[in-house]
Amino acid sequence: MSHRLEAPAGARIDRTHPLSFTFNGRAYSGFNGDTLASALLANDVRLLGRSFKLHRPRGVFSCGVEEPNAIVDVGAQGRRTPNVRATLLPLVEGLSATSVNCWPSVGFDVGALTGAFAALLPAGFYYKTFKWPSWRVFEPVIRRMAGLGTAPSDPDPDHYEELAAEADVLVVGGGDAGLAAAAAAARAGARTLLLEGGANLGGARAFRPDPEGEGLAAAAQEAGVRVLTRAVAFGVYDHNLVCAVERVDREGAEDLPACGLRERLWRIRARTIIAATGSFERPLVFPDNDRPGVMLAGAALEYALAYGVACGRRVVIAAACDSAYTTAAALGGAGMDVVAIVERRAQAPAAAAARGIRVMTGAAVTGVIGRRAVHGCHVEAATGNRADRPHRERLDCDLILTAGGFAPAVHLHSQAGGRLRWLAEEAMFVPNGAAPGLVSVGACAGVFDPEAARAHATAVGEAVARGQPPPAAPLGGGGSAEVFAPLAGVRGKQFVDLQNDVSVQDVELAARENYRSVEHLKRYTTTGMGTDQGKTSNINALLLMGAYTDRAPTQVGTTRFRPPFAPVTLGAIAGRRAASLYRPLRELPARTWHAERGALFETYGDWRRPAAYPQAGESVEAAAHREAGIVRERAGLYDGSPLGKLEIYGPDAAQFLDLMYVGTMSTLAIGQARYGVLLNEHGTLVDDGIVVRLAEQHYWVNTSTAGAERTAAAFEEWLQCEFVTLRVLVTPVTSRWANVTVAGPRAWRWLESVGFDATLAPANMKHMTMRAAFLDGVPLRVLRASFSGELGYEVNLPADHAVPLFARLWQRSAEIGAVLYGIEALQVLRIEKGYLHIGTDTDGTTLPADVGLARGIDRKAAAFVGRRSLSRPAAGDPERLQRVGLRPVDGRTPLPVGAQIGPHAPPAPIDGRVTSSCLSPALGHPIALALLTRGSQRIGERVVVYHLGAAIPAQVVRTPFFDPEGRRVHG
Amino acid sequence: MMQLRCPWCGARDEHEFVCGGTTHIRRPDPSAGDVAWGEYLFFRDNPKGVHLERWRHAYGCGCWFNIARHTVTHEVLAVYGINELPPALSGVP
Repeated sequence: MSHRLEAPAGARIDRTHPLSFTFNGRAYSGFNGDTLASALLANDVRLLGRSFKLHRPRGVFSCGVEEPNAIVDVGAQGRRTPNVRATLLPLVEGLSATSVNCWPSVGFDVGALTGAFAALLPAGFYYKTFKWPSWRVFEPVIRRMAGLGTAPSDPDPDHYEELAAEADVLVVGGGDAGLAAAAAAARAGARTLLLEGGANLGGARAFRPDPEGEGLAAAAQEAGVRVLTRAVAFGVYDHNLVCAVERVDREGAEDLPACGLRERLWRIRARTIIAATGSFERPLVFPDNDRPGVMLAGAALEYALAYGVACGRRVVIAAACDSAYTTAAALGGAGMDVVAIVERRAQAPAAAAARGIRVMTGAAVTGVIGRRAVHGCHVEAATGNRADRPHRERLDCDLILTAGGFAPAVHLHSQAGGRLRWLAEEAMFVPNGAAPGLVSVGACAGVFDPEAARAHATAVGEAVARGQPPPAAPLGGGGSAEVFAPLAGVRGKQFVDLQNDVSVQDVELAARENYRSVEHLKRYTTTGMGTDQGKTSNINALLLMGAYTDRAPTQVGTTRFRPPFAPVTLGAIAGRRAASLYRPLRELPARTWHAERGALFETYGDWRRPAAYPQAGESVEAAAHREAGIVRERAGLYDGSPLGKLEIYGPDAAQFLDLMYVGTMSTLAIGQARYGVLLNEHGTLVDDGIVVRLAEQHYWVNTSTAGAERTAAAFEEWLQCEFVTLRVLVTPVTSRWANVTVAGPRAWRWLESVGFDATLAPANMKHMTMRAAFLDGVPLRVLRASFSGELGYEVNLPADHAVPLFARLWQRSAEIGAVLYGIEALQVLRIEKGYLHIGTDTDGTTLPADVGLARGIDRKAAAFVGRRSLSRPAAGDPERLQRVGLRPVDGRTPLPVGAQIGPHAPPAPIDGRVTSSCLSPALGHPIALALLTRGSQRIGERVVVYHLGAAIPAQVVRTPFFDPEGRRVHG
Repeated sequence: MMQLRCPWCGARDEHEFVCGGTTHIRRPDPSAGDVAWGEYLFFRDNPKGVHLERWRHAYGCGCWFNIARHTVTHEVLAVYGINELPPALSGVP
């Protein structure tokens, strides 16, 4: 603990509460209140990681969210979080963190050899080098060498939640300006919420003590402000929605529960947002400015005052801004020795001399001594020409601080649609007035004088609470800064973006290659990318770009600030929508009953359904083959409950269905059923099903399973938006009714054996009719219809009664010789019959005539949906794809779904493709449905089906393959 | 994510709604020529400015309604019934 300063330094830490932790496997100790970064600095750990591209040694650079270097992996297995900024991570007992991007260790990193090849890795290197023999040879190696943290290895044991909130005024940032604005807004009657990203309120007071601000947090609480700490607002979205992530658990602690709440995503809808997000210090750029021991001046001050940590004992400050001098004085006061201020400007501020610190004006740091830790630096006259710099002085130091001015954190302002302007005297971009729905206060508004900031923030808080226009910001007070051209004629890489290893040379190269736009600069050099999103580099990069292209900063502009402001975990975004809740599936009412009878469940659309009921050692295909065969021979029982069901009521129900369906539904007698297809306005088939008239003004509509919701929504849209005079009510009832389907020659014998009324017998009830009936008091809607081609009954009944009916039927299955059959067997049965599955056997161009469903259209009067499109010129194209059947010429080789049919082997223009395929148990050979150009005129023709290099001769045949006269449905 | 004001349910987040695109499109008579039918099927304006569009409160009351939305700022200038004519707004043809 040799680097701890004496109290009163260390306001945030509790020296009576030590904590132990490990970093890269070594044990250290810190105090409660430390961050991982402050604790490591206190233990004199300087080297924290390796850089992204060049694997250069890196240490802590900042004290906050802007940190480019000190990113670590925390935790293990499912709880590992990669790329955590050590500067924000509160220290907890047992914390275990590791460096990123180094192997075998951070001290001896094989990847550091890349540094030797830096000349091969300029901006945009992947466009230029590693071209011979092929980029692909090098890519895997380069990708492995680059990168940051390691993804977790196991599922996340914790959970995340999401909260919606509303506020009249939402203040982002718990510094003094934010607190003052929030207190004023709350006092003026606004429901006010304040978010602070860190654990502590007070912001810059951590390194700039100010008694005036000390009562603000209490005042805000008293005024009724709701305050959330450790909640980072990461984005402003449409209509003043702010999203924030609140860290709930103590990340990395050894005593976390087995499963806990980790983070909470807040979606806050605010009438007005007040941004009080502060500013980032802008570093100066000089050779080897990335060495561990070079850091932001304000950060070193915060470590000293808030955490009681001396980041070094002998300090050199590279400055181009007045704030360096107050920092120097404060560091001296805390017990650190300031060797010199190397002032880039020709003149130091007048007050500087009085502080007794050596100031070297018109000078620059031109070299850093030491690789893994700073041992000293070289200082020369800050002129561009090497010949004008006869003297070089070496200063011994172990810490080089850089103070180049400030960059207001205008991210939220920009995300809200606000504009920026360049404030030349402070060398910074500031908000150009308020953004829509968002006002900035404090440093992020360009107001740096604490007293002025508090007064302005108070006035803003009060004004927005009262719905009045906010007062203009009193800009300035940041300690005037200047912009300097890059140092020329010096040795060593001068880094602009530390995280992405972008140097002055890279920006210069981009300018030389005529990149002008700052957006292009970003993408070409990667400056401003990564987990820090260039919080310490963006302004320097665009100033450099301006210097190289003779443009002012306003002309260069900034890149767009997009959400998120800081990295957000996928867990927080997913919230509870993970694992089985990621995409909740629908279950059959009789799912357990099926499972007990050996059902193999698979996912079909939104449903978990039995694919088949395989016997021991039987494949799904074999099971489906067996089940389908027995249905044709005897009988089978199938759960069709997911079939879409709608009830249509009203005086205009018949007229409405005539407008929806290709077929005519108004001529149905009561109890009669009709197959119908639905088109969209393009004339394309979108769904099919059976429509039954239950009463004069009441219809029962079966849609396809997948089309249930879609069809109901389409009916509603037509009724509400187009056919607005029709008096029709559409009620989706899919999950209310189970569908127990019995099919096969013995179907009625089976139903009769369990007590179904004789009025339902095939002799008394025609195919394609529906009867209402009762079985032991349970109301049934029994439809005689068939998707298998066999005698079939679909027994619709209230979902709660599905299991008793299945059980009752199954008790008699042995004497009937019946099976349970799943979807795969149903597919076999319907392919044998040539029945379409819309969306499988049709595509987005298929018209009714292409699949033989245009009968009766000419006679129909209603202008049903899609009708007009059936007479477009394209509908009459003789080359259209039409539905046909196929069988392999050899009678053996399956014709795979998706295989292409063509005159020539692919790649070549094709004639069509296989859409459904199976081995037919009834026929004993493979069959397939296909869409084929001019198909209806090619019956009997030989074609070739191409599949993964195989050419399978096939014959075009008519459908149905089986029972073409359709006699079997009559039992 | 926008916040829309359903005429029946009040202000709700955008994810409760489904956008049905441009509203007030007249469905041509079946006797319309191919050009007029093609316009109806395939051609839509894509204005930078006020756009009249219809939305459905899919995860709410299920009702369709119309809004006038500025496509740049997402400002919702009017909400009106699905069978109503748009109110007079500047920038709307």
